[in-house]
Amino acid sequence: MKIHEYQAKSLLSEFGIPVPEGAVAATPAEVKTIAAQLGGKVAIKAQIYAGGRGKAGGIKVANTPEDAEKQARQILGTKLVTHQTTSEGVSVSKVLVEKAVNVQRELYLSIIVATANRMPVMMASEAGGMDIEEIARTSPEKILLEYIDPVAGFRAFQGRKLAYGMNLSQAQIGPATSLMTNLYRLFQTKDCSLAEINPLVVTGNGQIMALDAKLNFDDNALFRHSDIEQLHDAEQEDPLEVKANELGVKNYIKMDGNIGCLVNGAGLAMAVMDLITQAGGRPANFLDIGTVNNTDRVVAAFKVFTTDPSVKAILVNIFGGIARVDVIAQGIVEAHRKMDIRLPLVIRLAGTNVNEGKTILAKSGIKFIEATNFYDAARKAVAAANGEKN
Amino acid sequence: MSILIDKKTRLLVQGITGGEGSFHTQRCIEYGTRVVAGVTPGKGGSETLGVPIFNTVEAAVERTRANASLIFVPAAFAADAILEAVDAGIPLVVCITEGIPVSDMVVVHNYLKGKRTRLIGPNCPGLISPGKCKAGLMAGEIHLPGNVGVVSRSGTLTYETVAQLTGLGIGQSTCVGIGGDPLPGSTFVDILELFQKDKDTKAVVLIGEIGGTAEQEAARFVKEKMTKPVVAFVAGATAPPGRRMGHAGAIISGSSGRASDKMAALAAAGTTIAPSPAEIGLTMQKVLQKWNANR
Repeated sequence: MKIHEYQAKSLLSEFGIPVPEGAVAATPAEVKTIAAQLGGKVAIKAQIYAGGRGKAGGIKVANTPEDAEKQARQILGTKLVTHQTTSEGVSVSKVLVEKAVNVQRELYLSIIVATANRMPVMMASEAGGMDIEEIARTSPEKILLEYIDPVAGFRAFQGRKLAYGMNLSQAQIGPATSLMTNLYRLFQTKDCSLAEINPLVVTGNGQIMALDAKLNFDDNALFRHSDIEQLHDAEQEDPLEVKANELGVKNYIKMDGNIGCLVNGAGLAMAVMDLITQAGGRPANFLDIGTVNNTDRVVAAFKVFTTDPSVKAILVNIFGGIARVDVIAQGIVEAHRKMDIRLPLVIRLAGTNVNEGKTILAKSGIKFIEATNFYDAARKAVAAANGEKN
Repeated sequence: MSILIDKKTRLLVQGITGGEGSFHTQRCIEYGTRVVAGVTPGKGGSETLGVPIFNTVEAAVERTRANASLIFVPAAFAADAILEAVDAGIPLVVCITEGIPVSDMVVVHNYLKGKRTRLIGPNCPGLISPGKCKAGLMAGEIHLPGNVGVVSRSGTLTYETVAQLTGLGIGQSTCVGIGGDPLPGSTFVDILELFQKDKDTKAVVLIGEIGGTAEQEAARFVKEKMTKPVVAFVAGATAPPGRRMGHAGAIISGSSGRASDKMAALAAAGTTIAPSPAEIGLTMQKVLQKWNANR
């Protein structure tokens, strides 16, 4: 799960990491008030989940409260298109107003879980302000790594290695080390999947501070962090994904094609998308229906398909294992009873309780195109979406 | 032969009295797996599906000499269940549970260091040695005893693959689902190593997906250590970057973790890439024909 920069900074602050003075605003008038309170030059930063704000005009600088209000009007309520958003962009409903910082040096600091080493790793670099992948490509020697033993935790000596490694001055070693220790404490306490400060800056008077911040959280751990879960901003997501989630359809991702896909298992769901593409079609979504113990989620999935105007055909591909084919078949029948579904429907069933499932469908009288195998299902769905008769 | 499980496996099920636990335990028993014990704290001394229940794994192992554990415990308590099985000295632990926090798995991996337990999963369908033993969720009847090993990050795509193989008369030695989490207990390399050593495994199917670098590491192992032919497929060529595709580990971050890079690495290492997920069985059939003709 992602959160906004202003929320991330408030968490950093809570964990003792210095951030610029500032506050979040939803209207130009609020921006003016905050700018007046801060005094002097301020930065106005659009709050969106996607990166690439600066280049897209989502960050402005103002010298007076009046100027700040004027600048805020150009961002608030508009849609920002960055290299990470769709061509439609995302709407900006909040901006972070911060006191401008006199930047002397830009550094990079982050923590992720290194999957190959199966432990967290802190990454630090003198080449701050840039995309870390870009640094990794152009000058990998500039990225310093410290693996964090889960029992020992992040130790002061590791902080010193990184701080000296980034050529910080002697007076900055202590503050930098405690900042890193605090960042790990935050990462650990809140079950982050990414804690990134880019840039971490050294100010004109030698203070070390998080000028930007990005915190992502492990979705699997949200059950024990209701405070974090509350920070979620549904406005930043595709409305269909939000609707699916509300209906209890979890692993749904909107794609740009016209074949609605209902599949069990993430790998199979990806393979179905791959196969549809190979057969000349395009999937309207990724959906792993998961473990189905009742029919509600299947009915909900059909509700999402019928809400999506781009869906021209539905493909159900189920290979029962933990999910039982009969339950899914029952769900398809219920969906047709509850809704007026006129979209062509291609069904391929196999695995646990497949015969029970096929009997349920046969008895229901629902009109559908039966597919005998995986490829057949994709081919028939593509044909159906194109309006061809199978 | 087979790897990891066979007729001698004495299976313990943690979470045997839950809905999924009891449903799939029943299926395992029907397949012929020797399920010797169940563990549900608070229900020790009772019996379900003809299997004795214990309060702790330690007590269950002491009484039944269980040598493998299958875990169906809910995500919030699953890491604890794994640790309990490791503590009891069970050599093979298979964790089905999906949704375990990554930080819990970091602790589990740290605890596993120097211990004799091999962990499969979490977030996996388990494993099966056809005709011998099933410790997982897969439908037993789609399998056929034989000489092809299957290792996969996906559950249902493995069933799909197995059905293709069986349909062509190609049997399997063991099928292992290593799971879709970013920190799996066993990796492709761990399982490939076992298949390479197994006398009855003649060839291997590897099914990967986007995210991480497990396929690239597998490619390196295949190139350096495998003498047996490997057929591979990587799912997610059409997946958008930055999105978690169902599995916690299936995400393309930046330029790393793409299906195309993984398939290129596997192809360069000498594995045969199946042109589509519907042709994994056919690809293996061709590889086996060529392999047999050259011997």
